[in-house]
Amino acid sequence: MAHLDDLISTDILGYLKAQEDKSFLRFITCGSVDDGKSTLIGRLLYDSKLIYEDQLASIEKDSKKSGTQGDKIDLALLVDGLAAEREQGITIDVAYRFFSTDKRKFIVADTPGHVQYTRNMATGASTADVAVLLIDARYGVQEQTRRHAFIVSLLGVKHVVVAINKMDLNDFDQSIYNDIEVDFREFSKDLGFTDITCIPMSALDGDNVTIRSKNSDWYKGPTLLEYLEEVNVDAATLDAPFRLPVQWVNRPNLDFRGFSGTVASGTIEVGDEIIVIPSGKRSTVKEIVTYDGNKDIAREDMAITLTLNDEIDISRGDIICKKDNPAEQADQFQAHMLWMSENELYPGRQYLLKTGNKTVPASILKLKHRIDINDFSEVAVNTLALNEVGVATLSLSAPIAFDAYNDNRNTGSFILIDRQTNATVGVGMLDFALRRASNVVWQDLDVNKAVRAEQKNQKPALLWFTGLSGSGKSTIANLVEKRLLDLGRHTYTLDGDNVRHGLNRDLNFSKADRVENIRRIGEVSRLMVDAGLITMASFISPYRAERQMARDLLENGEFIEIFVNTPLEVAEARDVKGLYAKARAGEIKNFTGIDSEYQAPQNPEITVNTVEMSADDAAEMIVSYLKDKGFLAGYDA
Amino acid sequence: MTLISDFVTRAEALAISSGQSLSTISRKLLNDGKGLARLKEGGQCTLKTMDEALAKLDALEAELSGDIKLRMTHLDRLEAEAIHIMREVAAQCENPVMLYSVGKDSSVMLHLAEKAFYPSRPPFPLMHVDTTWKFKEMIAFRDRRAKEVGMELIVHSNPDGIRDGVGPFTHGSAVHTDIMKTQALKQALDKYKFDAAFGGARRDEEKSRAKERIFSFRSENHRWDAKNQRPELWNIYNTRVKKGESMRVFPISNWTELDIWQYIYKENIQIPDLYLSKKRPVVEKDGVLILVDDDRMPIGPDDVIEEKMVRFRTLGCYPLTGAVESEADTLPEVIQEMLLTTTSERQGRVIDSDAGASMEQKKEEGYF
Repeated sequence: MAHLDDLISTDILGYLKAQEDKSFLRFITCGSVDDGKSTLIGRLLYDSKLIYEDQLASIEKDSKKSGTQGDKIDLALLVDGLAAEREQGITIDVAYRFFSTDKRKFIVADTPGHVQYTRNMATGASTADVAVLLIDARYGVQEQTRRHAFIVSLLGVKHVVVAINKMDLNDFDQSIYNDIEVDFREFSKDLGFTDITCIPMSALDGDNVTIRSKNSDWYKGPTLLEYLEEVNVDAATLDAPFRLPVQWVNRPNLDFRGFSGTVASGTIEVGDEIIVIPSGKRSTVKEIVTYDGNKDIAREDMAITLTLNDEIDISRGDIICKKDNPAEQADQFQAHMLWMSENELYPGRQYLLKTGNKTVPASILKLKHRIDINDFSEVAVNTLALNEVGVATLSLSAPIAFDAYNDNRNTGSFILIDRQTNATVGVGMLDFALRRASNVVWQDLDVNKAVRAEQKNQKPALLWFTGLSGSGKSTIANLVEKRLLDLGRHTYTLDGDNVRHGLNRDLNFSKADRVENIRRIGEVSRLMVDAGLITMASFISPYRAERQMARDLLENGEFIEIFVNTPLEVAEARDVKGLYAKARAGEIKNFTGIDSEYQAPQNPEITVNTVEMSADDAAEMIVSYLKDKGFLAGYDA
Repeated sequence: MTLISDFVTRAEALAISSGQSLSTISRKLLNDGKGLARLKEGGQCTLKTMDEALAKLDALEAELSGDIKLRMTHLDRLEAEAIHIMREVAAQCENPVMLYSVGKDSSVMLHLAEKAFYPSRPPFPLMHVDTTWKFKEMIAFRDRRAKEVGMELIVHSNPDGIRDGVGPFTHGSAVHTDIMKTQALKQALDKYKFDAAFGGARRDEEKSRAKERIFSFRSENHRWDAKNQRPELWNIYNTRVKKGESMRVFPISNWTELDIWQYIYKENIQIPDLYLSKKRPVVEKDGVLILVDDDRMPIGPDDVIEEKMVRFRTLGCYPLTGAVESEADTLPEVIQEMLLTTTSERQGRVIDSDAGASMEQKKEEGYF
């Protein structure tokens, strides 16, 4: 049902024409449980004649059954959707409602006021241009009011309506209204709202919602609907720098190569010079392609396809900018974060970070502080729990193009995804880059060990596990690798299984071949360390000289010798693979410890005594060693 | 005098084309929100005031003509949002499909898909879950449109249901819908291993849909968990699923029925003729007019087949879709009737008239 209009019955074509020119506004309503939010939305729908007879009949029926308004229709029932919450009498998630007037179409995000549902409010606010904050006139500015104002400001909403509701319960007393307005403006002065409008109303009776109230003749401002119809939220963003995050490369045939996406900000014209971030490639706009014909200009929010005058390589994740004002790029940021998962945030753990068009592995380097959303104070913490807001630094595995959230909501926002469950566990708003990738454009920079390691956010190392057969080298190495993987590190393990069958399958167990075996492993390990990996090599490697040779291939401090010290009688008693028995029986020759010598390390970096220590404890000790020695950068213990 | 009335006429035109209220325009021109209204009612002003106001009017009009290319109406925005969503699926999901039900919402979806990927063809197939009880005209329309657009069309019917002769007349609407629609859809999604399926559901259709995400996660068993949905902020969509899990994606979530009709009208989108009134043979059953679409329709001794001017507000299985008597045989007339009626859209569907929460239950079980 649309807004009633005489034109509908007299001149439907004229009506359709007029409706085509409607503008659009998304807003969010927030208030605590009993402030009357659902009633307000129900009122907007009801007063705009947007309720069908059958819907009305159904809520009249429900009003009698479960309503809270006596004989009056309970308008809140119109908007409380899911069956479960209808019974509980509260809204539990974000619900979107639609209504329109002759001037505008509105999408309302209806979000709950319960303290544990901060995340729902943030969800609704993320796409809203205006926030309507409800205050119960009897109680004034409450803790919830502060919290709601903070969240909408955190999500970058600039226009706020303070709906001072239930004024009918105090006879529309102007002094009560004035006190609340003063309170609100005072506490919110640092929240960055550009425009605050206070309206005295009664959602239950409709005063100052769509119709000016006779009960508040002292109030000269707009009704809520007048405000929503008039507020201009568009103009500023069109002047912002042009950004087109490339979503999809459009290649129907070899002759056409277009870059599709939704313009995140600004405007673009045919002929404009562009630069692609992060590649730094430049060109000019050839066409702005749409199904309805090519355009000569496009603006923010339009879904377009650009073609360029030069064949340059562009893919999803890139952002096309105008040349004179390109986006920044970086791989380390400070951001405001809101945690959305039951599982707490832990610094060091790796997540997937998704921006509008790019997904990259990322980890939290450090939590600077949590923000108490009731009094806006900063609290030092080690973790963020569900619905908590904090400021953190993040490190990404690859640079992304971005803007500060405060400058651009579309290119400054991201979500964090859990790698195991794929759940969206947190969201963030980028503040600034910690380390600016050399100016605007990444020039072809030398790719070397340091760069590769930095990209992986770690210091490469070679963990050399030496010890008798059956001492537990591989078991411990595998546990260490698992722990490192959990910490989001990049690793590889070399052991007899993956080396003897391939690279070294031409070697036997004679002394000469054992030396050659370790030489090759040393070289392969060196390449892996050069690639930036934390590498584990798990070999008996009985001779000191060969271990020294492997050590000499690497830079100082990179070779970490781990002596897995298990006395021969213990290893032989374990005899996991039955090799000792065979060696004793003479079936295997040159078996270390039986008829071939083992030279124990003299100054190993780490010694593991497997008789006194479990494999898990050993792995833990080794990971701690790496942390302490700074191999796991960004791990905030 | 003509100076003032010309001025008022131009100011009013500016108000309409810029979408601003007369009082806003009045404030901008005369520094007085009621100034225009006073002039219109015969009020006067000094020549100097008028000259200044005219200069401001010229400037505003010039600005507007420059702005017009950059204006986005509500339909432009809804369209752009839907295109963004479709592109995101194409870029991020491995094996997407567009569910095509032949109704007006599906027609809009198909049109949006053509726009989203132009000049490429949409990079996914269409799939119709055919209950075998659809209107004949729907099937003909479906096959013709798929061919015109050049997209692959997959048609799936539940073979078990066909074997058992399941139909609404013999098994009732609930059993029929479950077997031929809900189960059939799950079969088809499993068979082709789609990891994302576009649907044309709208949040304004029904209360429980109002809080469904645009990217709506489904478990391996196709179940929807209303209480455990992924947060959806900005236009960043988490499209990740594990093997066997999938996404239902609703690009026109934020459209209303009127938006759909307006868009069909504005874009001249093809829809089945069943939406327009003409003389059709119908039988009244339990107060609902049912079209005699084929000879499977049981005609009892008391049933009278009448030729009536009727049209359909939604399209589905013909035995479950009530016709409305109407003289509206053009699109604007249909929209006009829609705007003047006072019963909501789903009322014509037999499916959710039993209990307020039934759609929610159906969705948890995997119905679209």
